[in-house]
Amino acid sequence: MELVNIFIKSAFIENMVLTYFLGMCSYLAVSKTVKTAFGLGLAVIFVLGITMPINWLISNFLLSENGILGQDLTFLRLILFIAVIASMVQLVEMVIEKLSPSLYNSLGIFLPLITVNCAILGGSLFMVAREYTFSESVAFGLGGGFGWFLAIIAIAAIREKIRYSNVPAPLRGLGMAFIITGLMGIAFLSLLGIDPAAF
Amino acid sequence: MAEIAEVQKPEIKKREPLFGPKERKLITDPLNDNNPITVQVLGICSALAVTTLVWPSFIMAIAVIFVCAFSSLFTSLLRNRIPKQVRMIVQLVIIATLVTVVDLTLRAVDYDVSRQLAVFIGLIITNCIVMGRLEAFAMANRPWRSFLDGIGNGLGYGGILLAVALIRELFGKGSLFAGSPIEWKIIGPSADYMLDTEAISWLGWYQNNNLMVLSCAAMFIIGIFIWIHRTWNPKLVDVS
Repeated sequence: MELVNIFIKSAFIENMVLTYFLGMCSYLAVSKTVKTAFGLGLAVIFVLGITMPINWLISNFLLSENGILGQDLTFLRLILFIAVIASMVQLVEMVIEKLSPSLYNSLGIFLPLITVNCAILGGSLFMVAREYTFSESVAFGLGGGFGWFLAIIAIAAIREKIRYSNVPAPLRGLGMAFIITGLMGIAFLSLLGIDPAAF
Repeated sequence: MAEIAEVQKPEIKKREPLFGPKERKLITDPLNDNNPITVQVLGICSALAVTTLVWPSFIMAIAVIFVCAFSSLFTSLLRNRIPKQVRMIVQLVIIATLVTVVDLTLRAVDYDVSRQLAVFIGLIITNCIVMGRLEAFAMANRPWRSFLDGIGNGLGYGGILLAVALIRELFGKGSLFAGSPIEWKIIGPSADYMLDTEAISWLGWYQNNNLMVLSCAAMFIIGIFIWIHRTWNPKLVDVS
């Protein structure tokens, strides 16, 4: 039950994009069509779901004082986390290229950008700061990824439609994307009342 | 002899001043025409999450300027020695080292603020503005120029950060610089504030706007900034 709670919380109530601004860059850059947004969203869920447990193992068994090395190496945390993330992104890139060349072509330059997608590193840092257990960190990773996926799909769909509307010229594109994101944030706030015990 | 003199002349002309108009442009350009947030759309990420209060945003802005400037400097110094294939990793290691330095320094100097900023200092690593400038500028330019470019982009970024934070704190909490040595209480319902809404009869209606404390407010404010910026500078308007 605790795990479902964390999943719901990280997906809706503390949504990565709408509450913490994590992963805003790729969120704004790749949300022009639903199809690419869908692919990137899936990739983020996957990378987040894999890196979170790996980083949990690293931070608890390698870097902590009670770990294998028996020394407090937490100052290496940032560098090691980013190295794990970079190599995982490389792996995902190779898998996607093999399985779906069309998706690979449409994601193009944005796939390596997942490395600097703050949602991934941010998730790992939140996990350490909140002292999650192993299974909790998996639930948090998947939930956070799912929330990010939902947000990018929603904004991509809205941006596809809003192209036909008469928006003031200086607000077109980026400006409108921000205001829509703000409104989506308010909509997601209404999910604050969800009682995870009901599931 | 005449030939030698002719050859030497352009070399003397080539020496540019340490801080000429070109260098000044490197700093002023990101403040307006090439602003990291409203034009380049880089680095909107995490740092904006700290803009509910001015003081943490100020610290955050300084941290970003520091990391941006010195990572540009070091990358530019190493640019001819970094193999193309692993340049991302090298850049990430440079940035991560600098961010670790900032994180540990802040923890030693001001523990309260570092607790408030929590994970967001660490997230400067993935702030695209730093890596974006390394790729776009520092890999192809000399160290001093890259250093200035880093400072300029850090300033353009920090400026927006502070502007958003000023609006959010003033209207959301009625104070400015809360938590810092110079705390100003501007408007609120007690005698501590400069404008006491209970004492001044015509201000009785005033209440803090709770929307400003939520993260959606930052989105609206940036959206409006972009609107104003592009109205004032029409060549930036998105044509598509």
